Amino acid sequence: MNNVLLLILKRLGASLITIFVISVIIFIGVELLPGDVAETVLGQSATPETVAAFRKELKLDLPPHIRYGEWLKDFAHGDLGTSLANGRPVAELIGWRLSNTLFLALSTAMIAVPLAILLGMLAAFYRNTFFDKLISTTTLSFISFPEFFIAYILISLLSVKLNLFPSLSIIDKHMGFGSKIYAILLPSLTLTCVVTAHMMRQTRAAIINVLASAYIEMAQIKGIKRLRIIYHHAFPNSLSPVINVVAVNLAYLVVGVVIVEVVFVYPGLGQLLVDSVAKRDLPVVQASGLLFSIAYIFLNLAADILSMLSNPKLRQSKI
Amino acid sequence: MLKLLQQSPLSARIGMGIVILNILVAGFAPLIAPYGETSVVGDVWESFSARFYFGTDHIGRDLFTRMVFGARNTIALAFITTILSFSFGSSLGFIAAVKGGWTDQALSRIIDIIMAFPTLIFALMILSVLGSSITTLIFTIAILDSTRVYRLSRAVAMDIEVMEFVEAARLRGEGLWWIIRQEILPNAMPPLIAEFGLRFCFVFLFIASLSFLGLGLQPPLSDWGGMVRENAGAITFGIYIPLIPAGAIAFLTVGVNLIVDWFLHLSSGLHE
Repeated sequence: MNNVLLLILKRLGASLITIFVISVIIFIGVELLPGDVAETVLGQSATPETVAAFRKELKLDLPPHIRYGEWLKDFAHGDLGTSLANGRPVAELIGWRLSNTLFLALSTAMIAVPLAILLGMLAAFYRNTFFDKLISTTTLSFISFPEFFIAYILISLLSVKLNLFPSLSIIDKHMGFGSKIYAILLPSLTLTCVVTAHMMRQTRAAIINVLASAYIEMAQIKGIKRLRIIYHHAFPNSLSPVINVVAVNLAYLVVGVVIVEVVFVYPGLGQLLVDSVAKRDLPVVQASGLLFSIAYIFLNLAADILSMLSNPKLRQSKI
Repeated sequence: MLKLLQQSPLSARIGMGIVILNILVAGFAPLIAPYGETSVVGDVWESFSARFYFGTDHIGRDLFTRMVFGARNTIALAFITTILSFSFGSSLGFIAAVKGGWTDQALSRIIDIIMAFPTLIFALMILSVLGSSITTLIFTIAILDSTRVYRLSRAVAMDIEVMEFVEAARLRGEGLWWIIRQEILPNAMPPLIAEFGLRFCFVFLFIASLSFLGLGLQPPLSDWGGMVRENAGAITFGIYIPLIPAGAIAFLTVGVNLIVDWFLHLSSGLHE
């Protein structure tokens, strides 16, 4: 067990270092900004005294490394600064939107993961048949399409032609669970198409890889029943790569929501990030960028750890 | 080369047809387009007619004209970015493989950190700090994308670097650049060409996404992603104009992917 534990700790350490470096990069990025934030906010007509006072209020008069420490400490305490655009606390802006984004990503994952694994397994077991080719061609085109193309096709079919769903996913804080689900059906369907395509192809490749190995052939030659081969030999060995595929694609999903949120005007973190980039509202960009990166890194970390834990070869080495 | 083309499967030929069509349209844009790139010639969102093949856009410009010029801007931008990304990525990858030691370690760790960042988020943050000009756009995407090229070219060069002919060149006292240009590059070409197609698709889709978010090419220049954004409102009125530029993006990426598939199949040595 020590062996696996050590690997996991190493991987965890690497992720923490990465997050630290990323937070430094994000901080320095804003530092490098041409001009002074205080002058930009107050405008050109501000007197030197007001600029100096405002700089003091924003703690801009302190050296960078101290400000970085303060920023990180505040961030860990949930104080994400104040928006330059409307003066509201960033945490207040982000909180609700973050939960919306997670809601969208989670409901998509609940459809996409089982669907992709099922399709991937079927395509692998019946490879080179018509079914496999049909699925592979469809997913290949979904991968080549930009997300907004799939989104607009779905809108024009299901929303404009058939009038089944709303084309904009407007939700507010007082909506019930059912109407929330109804509102996010189209964006979630769009994301499902994209994520399922990626996940299914990788699942298929991973399982074919296992099925092509020597011990499966050995089991077949020994005359073991097909179902038993799948259950006893193929399944435990493909678990690790498939878990990895799922987690990596969930990490992609967290970032992939950005475009879909913009298409459907869904009030999520991605939409906020894009708006703030256009307005150059840097505290909001910093905070939401860091949150997205942390989510992405931790999902990738989870992918690695889970595939280590489910890898029979690694578990064996404890003896 | 000609014989190879004759043996190509139907899917690859379709792919080549699509790519050649796009290149021709992009190359002869001013000759094909019936109107000026930015001139307003009709009503808002007119439907298809003999005057306007694809109808008109949200301020009454001819959509066909915009599509043709858009092909030129979008493809050229993606192509330049991919070439830059390849020059950065492969030279760094080759240097890391040939030099080894701490150069390799330092480069690889930096690349690891950039790759741990989600690409779209990274690009959005850089564009928010530096503002969205064409130069920033090209360099940002090229640097982000070169990390993938670095990984591949380092791995390929590692395999070549242990060969006797590189050893011989080293013992002859050849310099770093000579070894990279004369020994590594020619042998690393086949996998890198297939990768070029894949990276082009990725960069092309990425620029389209950024333009769609309003952070790519700025109006009045036409590009396909931006055209989807500008006309997005039409879809709720049952006007399918945004599907045309979005479809064109999908069409070209499918075309390039079909060729890449064939290339990968060829270089993998699987012949049915």
